[in-house]
Formats: sequence, C-alpha cells, structure tokens
Amino acid sequence: MLIGYFTERPYRWVPENEVFRNRAFYGVSNRFFDPEKGAEDYNYFLDENCYAEELGFDAVALNEHHGTPFCMGSVMNVEAAILARITKKVRIVLVGNPLPVIKHPLRMAEELAEIDLISRGRLVAGWVRGAGSEQFFNHANPAFNRELFNEAHDFIIQAWTRPGPWRYEGKHFSYLQVNPWALPYQKPYPPMWIPGVLSPETVKWCAEHRYPYLGLGTALGPTCDLWDYYADEARKLGYQAGPENFGYLIPVFLAETEDRAQELGKGFIYGGGQSAFSRPEHTLPPGYNSKDAIRRLAKQPGGSWLGVSADKLRQGSEVRKDNDDYDGIRQKLLASYHNAQKNLTIIVGTPKSALPKIKTLLEILRPGVFVVFNVQGPVSNQDRMTSMRLFAQELMPALREYGKELGLPDSLGKTPGSVKLNSGVSRTPVVDRSALSSLHLV
Amino acid sequence: MALWNEETVRVGGVDVTAIKGGSGEPVLVLHDELGYPGWMTWNQRLAEQRTLFVPLQPGFGRTPRVEWLRNYRDLAGLYVRMLHELRLEPIDVIGFSAGAFVAAEMAASDPHIFKRMVLVGPMGIKPEEGEILDFLSLTVRSHLRATVADPENTPEFGAIYGGEMTPAQFEAFEDARTETARLGWEPFMHNPSLPHLLNGVRLPTLIVWGDRDGVVPRGCVDGYRAAIEGARVAEIKGAGHRPEIEDSAAFARVVKDFLKP
Repeated sequence: MLIGYFTERPYRWVPENEVFRNRAFYGVSNRFFDPEKGAEDYNYFLDENCYAEELGFDAVALNEHHGTPFCMGSVMNVEAAILARITKKVRIVLVGNPLPVIKHPLRMAEELAEIDLISRGRLVAGWVRGAGSEQFFNHANPAFNRELFNEAHDFIIQAWTRPGPWRYEGKHFSYLQVNPWALPYQKPYPPMWIPGVLSPETVKWCAEHRYPYLGLGTALGPTCDLWDYYADEARKLGYQAGPENFGYLIPVFLAETEDRAQELGKGFIYGGGQSAFSRPEHTLPPGYNSKDAIRRLAKQPGGSWLGVSADKLRQGSEVRKDNDDYDGIRQKLLASYHNAQKNLTIIVGTPKSALPKIKTLLEILRPGVFVVFNVQGPVSNQDRMTSMRLFAQELMPALREYGKELGLPDSLGKTPGSVKLNSGVSRTPVVDRSALSSLHLV
Repeated sequence: MALWNEETVRVGGVDVTAIKGGSGEPVLVLHDELGYPGWMTWNQRLAEQRTLFVPLQPGFGRTPRVEWLRNYRDLAGLYVRMLHELRLEPIDVIGFSAGAFVAAEMAASDPHIFKRMVLVGPMGIKPEEGEILDFLSLTVRSHLRATVADPENTPEFGAIYGGEMTPAQFEAFEDARTETARLGWEPFMHNPSLPHLLNGVRLPTLIVWGDRDGVVPRGCVDGYRAAIEGARVAEIKGAGHRPEIEDSAAFARVVKDFLKP
C-alpha cells in the first residue's frame, strides 16, 4: 500500500463570515488576498511537501482549483515542477489536471513531460473534469465538458507516444503540427490516477482504461457501491479489479490530545468545508452532468451530489445578508463535523484513537493507495506539521504492516488490469462490507 | 376545440416538433432560451388573426438534439431550410430573446425569407452599454425570476412557473440550459459578425423591449437599431424581459399593429 500526503493549500486568512455571506468559497472576492501572506504560504506549502518526504510519505499529491481561497493551487503544474526539483524520491501525484478547463492539451503534454523529466520519472499524472465552478472561472463550456475531457486525454496519450510530426484535427482541438520535443521520462508515459467524487460515468471510464480510481473522501457506503461497479465493468472487460485499481483520500488531523485535535480539526468545516466549495448553481453548470445524472438528481429531491440536491438547485442564487444567523450555521456545521467522524469520512483525534478507524477504512475499502488530507482553515503551520509527524511516526509503520496483512498492492507495484478473468468466471470481492454494518452505514 | 396542436416536420434529417395554432396567415414564432412555456394569453390574442407556427428548438427535450448545431447561426441555417422546404417563405416572424437572435441570424443569411420581423428583448448583438445577464451561472429559479420585473404580480408567470418544480420541469429546464450553453456559451449569447451582416438588410423590423428588462439591456436594442435601417422600437413600460406575459394586452397591440395586413 502506498501512503500519500495531500493538502488543498488553503488560504487561511479570509474572514469566515465572508465565506458564509457568499454561501461558498468560490466567488469570495480576491480583495481579501494579501500578496505577502500568499508569498509566505506558497513557500510554506512547498516546504510542507518536502517535510512529507522527509517523514517517509511515498507520495505528495497536488490538486488545482480556481477563484477560491479553498485551494491556492491554481496552477498546480508550477508547484509540481518545483517539487520535481527540490524533492528526491517521493512520487508527485497530480489529482488532477482539469483538462476541459485548460483547453490546451498539447501544452499540457509538454508541461507534464517536463515535470516527469525534471523529477526523473516520479510524476503520476491524473485527470479531472474540473469542478463545476472551474468551468465558470475559465469560461469552459460545461455542455462539452466530458467531450473535452475525453478528447484532450486521448490526444495527450498520442502526443506522448506517436512519433511526430503529425497532424491532428479533432472536434474541439486542432494542431496541424504535433511534435512535442520533450517526451516523458517514464515509458510509455507516466502512470495515471483518476480522482473523483463518485460519478458513475467516470468510474466506468476508469475501468475501461484500467486507471486506478481515487475516491476523494466519499461516503463509505456509496464508495463501496461504485467500486463494485468498477469491478463489474472490469469483469466485462476480462480482468479482475483489486486494490491496485483503487485509492482513497480522506481528511485526517491528529494532535497530541483528543481535545486539541477536536478543536483544530474543526478547520475541516471552516466556512462550511467541502460542502461550501461552491454554490449549487456553480457546482452543476448547464450540461456539466450527463442526462442520466440529471434525471437521477431530478427524481431525488433530497438526494445530493457534492452537497447539491435538486431542491437546492430549485432555489435561488442570492448571497446571504450580513445580518443572517451565522452562529446558527456554525452550530449545524458542528453537528455535521461530529457526524462525519462517526461515518468515518473525517478522522480527527490522537494517533491512538485514529488507528482503529483508519484500519476499519482499509478493511472495508481495500485501497492500494491511501492519502491523508491535512486540515483546512486557520490552523498554524506548527499544528499542521505536528499532525503530519504524528501520522508518519506513530501510525504509518502500523498501517504499512496492516496493508501487507490485508494484501493491498498499489498500482505502481502491480499493474491494474493485469489479473485476467475468463468469461463466465465470477469476480472476487473488491470491498468488504462486513464492517459497514457495525458502523451502521449499510 | 383545441386551440393548438402539435406536429412534426422533417428537415435535414431532423424531426422538428412544432406547435401550431390559430387561423389566418402564418407567423413563425421562435421561443426563448428557457423553452416554449405553453399557449399563453398573447398567443391566443394573436391566433385570432394569424396561424402561429412555433418550432421547438432541437435539444430542448421534444425535438432531439442535433449534434452538428454548434452556434445560433447553425440553428438559423436549419430553420431557413425548414421554411424553404415547407414553402412558408416569405413569412412574418416573432422571436423572443435568444429566439430573436435566431431570427436576426436568419434575416442576415437570407433577407427575403421574412416579410416583417419582430424581435422581443433580443439577444445576439453585444451591447455597447450594459451586459446580457449571465443567466447560465444562476439557478433556474433565479433565472426565471430575473425574466420578469415583478414575479409576484405577473399572473401568467405564476401560472407557468409557480408552485413546486416537478422533476419533469426540472429536467426540461436543464435540457434547455444545456442546449443554450452548447450554442451560446462563447461568445456569450451574441455573434460579433451579426450587426455587420444585418447592415445591408432592408426588412421592416419592430423591436419590443420592456423598460425594466433585467436580462437584455437597452444596449442590445440600440445595437439592432443601428444595424437595421428603419427598425422601430416599442417600449413596454413597467415590463421586464417578458412583455408578452407581463403586459400581454400592450404586447399584442403593438405586435398586431405592426403585423397588420
């Protein structure tokens, strides 16, 4: 099992009430951005990733969002290029480049090849469709999101593997002279992981391409369902899916005492946390989701996707007023914070209290890749690093052992899709739901 | 007796569903970016003298999506062909909002296809002053409310959009918004070449605009006036982007007057 480190690189200096008033992180005015603090933080987060390497994490994962203090990584490849030079052995995992919103797959192929070369083959490329808000920020047509994603992906693979110069004329992109000089260090190209928040279409696409699917802190029950779906699709394609096909990323915050961990861990719900990433109208732009997905959403008014339900989409887009009850919102968030811990979608505590919970997660989901997501909100550098150190020193050895005991190979050690499955042969389970019932999560 | 019926016309390999109602000389009606809302009072007022022919835009749920349609000019091309094949040209046209954009594109490509043109709250030309509302970044509810000046006191607005949104309605709106994004995302709900091509068009044109329009600014109206020689403007006081339901009497009056034989 490969253990990775991840942070959104949150901008920690926006007044929380501004996020509440805006009803989301996306769209908070950049008049709250302070270049001095930004400069300090960009450098700190690079150092933090070096610290992760020093502590023994196998990988550091970066992501990209735009127009939001939730994540400062608006041009992730810049950070990845620096890490390629200043780290020595960690894998640099991109989760992932939002292909539809970048709009320039040839440039992307070149950037990633450079990063792979500078790091001498430590890049793990990953692709995403981009959150809904990213489509607005980059004015990327959401109605063509999946088409753009698929075409850009297929083009990049060709750009990396087909000797140039050659001509490309697609539906959305055209390059009449394709011949990127710098090609990836890894052959035929860097491994790719696909992060997601449980869109069945993406899961199916991953199974078809034999790419590991990385669940981003998704609820356990639905994650099991989707991984079963992946494995069923894999079976149709003639292979047995296993831990090498799956990864899981989860918020984890540790401190020396339970009280301190609980207090600082509230950073995960700062401003509303993940569910306040963007307002409903920015989360699901027109045409961003498939017709099937919209139909599912329409029929389940209370059912939600990324905290967005059909009911919320039927409401208005207005921002809150200054005199709204933010304390009431905080109380609700606090309840959700405790629930998330009960449901094991956030782990907060001391190494001692966290260990059995993480073990339970590993038992249920059997991921080949396990990534810890450091806290959001205004938590000090020191406290962030303490959490990392406690995880690395006090949990990592035990978790590595446990991973071996459970038999959880990662995708870098075992090629996803390499276990053939003859037709007519039923597949073996990829998740273990027995622990779900004890958590009352079935 | 039914006031209207539905029919399907085949054009360019596409089965276009259309609403047809009334009697008399036909008039082409092009609905807006939220889709055909149903047979309203203004339809009935006009249908006393004219046959209304309302094609339902491809991709809006009833008429299937046409993959090769990538912008409003493409859609205009399909509709021009439809009029040719149905031998309906020359015909009067009333276009609403994005439907007015389509009508203008049709006129630009084939000025003889229309006799007279009514553009209601027309998109299609980038206003020099003001902006076309960024409605695709709103929830449907907010978008709908922005289309009328006073939602609470517009009975027909309540009749179509009041109460709980059903799953079917929700899906229909998402279809409409998706297709609108496909055609109008960039440049946003306009075509920079349209005013230049309209410049040589000699076509009696009436622009109807509610002076409280929150979706299409007066700048779009001015853009059309500058582009089409002799275009007249009828301002409907107190109405927003949907004068046809906000003040259907005033709307029917100016349109009937303009389209009188």
